[in-house]
Amino acid sequence: MLMPVRRLPALVVCAALVGAVACGDDDTADAADGTTTDLAGTITVFAASSLTDAFEEAAEAFEQAYPDVTVELNVAGSSALREQILAGAPADVFAAANPSNMDQVAEAGEVDGDAEVLVHNSLEIAVAAGNPGGVEGLEDFADDSLLIGLCAIEVPCGDFGREVLADAGVTPAPDTEEPDVRSLLTKVASGDLDAGLVYATDVESAGDAVEGIAIPDDVNVVADYPIAALAGAGEPEIAAAFVDYLLSDDGQAILTSYGFAPA
Amino acid sequence: MSGRRGATGQRGRPPWALVPLAALTVTFLLVPFVALLQRAPWSGLADLLRDPVVTDALRLSLISACTATVISLVGGIPLAWMLARTDFPGRSLVRALVVLPMVLPPVVGGAALLFAFGRRGLVGGPVYDGTGFLLPYSLWGVVAANTFVALPFLVVTVEAGLRSANLRYEDAAATLGAGRWMIFRRITLPMTLPSVVAGAVLCWARALGEFGATVTFAGNLQGRTQTMPLAVFLALESDREAAIALSLVLVAVSLAVLLPLRDRWLAA
Repeated sequence: MLMPVRRLPALVVCAALVGAVACGDDDTADAADGTTTDLAGTITVFAASSLTDAFEEAAEAFEQAYPDVTVELNVAGSSALREQILAGAPADVFAAANPSNMDQVAEAGEVDGDAEVLVHNSLEIAVAAGNPGGVEGLEDFADDSLLIGLCAIEVPCGDFGREVLADAGVTPAPDTEEPDVRSLLTKVASGDLDAGLVYATDVESAGDAVEGIAIPDDVNVVADYPIAALAGAGEPEIAAAFVDYLLSDDGQAILTSYGFAPA
Repeated sequence: MSGRRGATGQRGRPPWALVPLAALTVTFLLVPFVALLQRAPWSGLADLLRDPVVTDALRLSLISACTATVISLVGGIPLAWMLARTDFPGRSLVRALVVLPMVLPPVVGGAALLFAFGRRGLVGGPVYDGTGFLLPYSLWGVVAANTFVALPFLVVTVEAGLRSANLRYEDAAATLGAGRWMIFRRITLPMTLPSVVAGAVLCWARALGEFGATVTFAGNLQGRTQTMPLAVFLALESDREAAIALSLVLVAVSLAVLLPLRDRWLAA
């Protein structure tokens, strides 16, 4: 390990306090015992696109706690991120929208320790403001006269969407299968689709342009978002601290404010 | 063909400085394709070619790229002629407009098409409310996206051809009493045929590889709007080997069309 030994106790303290914003800020404590509790450096966080807004806020809060730390976010579809990591992209932390992408990264030996569940997400029906198509529930996804969008089955939201529809006994008649959840949401918001099956967090993030229609709990899925520090991390201590921060009460509070369910 | 090239007496003896640079260029273009071939799952290729996802996507790609090329020829040659041969107010503005889709990121082009011809679009909205006709989510939407992105390649190439054509023959025909339409049809078009073909080939190739505008404007549905680039992109999400194989199919199809054309028309 390249980690300077003198930083170790500080890191443990930090990890314990993490989320308490004072942790990295406390310069007087540093002066007192002659060591530094500050982590310093830059980490690159690979995060599923549905985490974009939540992670931007969380990264900012983390940087405030550790002024010498910079968090760089690389957001994309989980499977695209998986491919990048497996191809050797320099990443310190990986947060995926489903376990299978994390599992593949772990199987390749790229995960440091074990992945943990960061948050849960579930699906919701998104309709344009005012619900011009008069959509009431999942059964409308079989209506050929409505313009219906799903995520493509190759991406997590498409996989979950079909699971939900199958459980509800609905054979969907989609007009498009979008390559990612954001483009689906955009088409619903612009009125180019009557309804789409997206994450509850996406409905939240779209603001007034989109209305959500809840899906009954007995057919809805609960998607686990796993997170892990990566074995190839250039800054393993910062990576671990960032993961701990996201799992702490403060981190979870930020994530749940974006519509995620706590881990 | 060889007569034209031989006439310069330079054939086979290039200035020495060009050789290493040309070799470097070829290497730069070649290495990614070699890398692609090296990753290709050769054993599964035959099965993949029978997969309905692939056959559907290939069919839709060829239909939409060819239709977009025909539309570009019909609409693009007159525009190229206007730009090359006439002086009308706002010509430079129109010329800039023509190349705009080349510069615009295709996804933005697709969004612009949606704002124009989507269900709530500037033109698409009233049309949909009146007739129920909708371009997105249909093959015509794919063709529209392909045409929007690929048309500039045809117009620019044909305009350049028209500008470099010698006007003497057209003048001679005119003094012999040929009408303007006859001159265009019998003199101008045959003389600029190589650039028309070159433009059509560029246009077709660009349309065949079109992804961003298509997925944004027309959406993605197997058998209806999913062309090869869309199928490749989605295959990449789940199965990299299938994605590579699909891209090779696309490369092979385009080579099969382009190579004979290139020898026939573009060798000068």
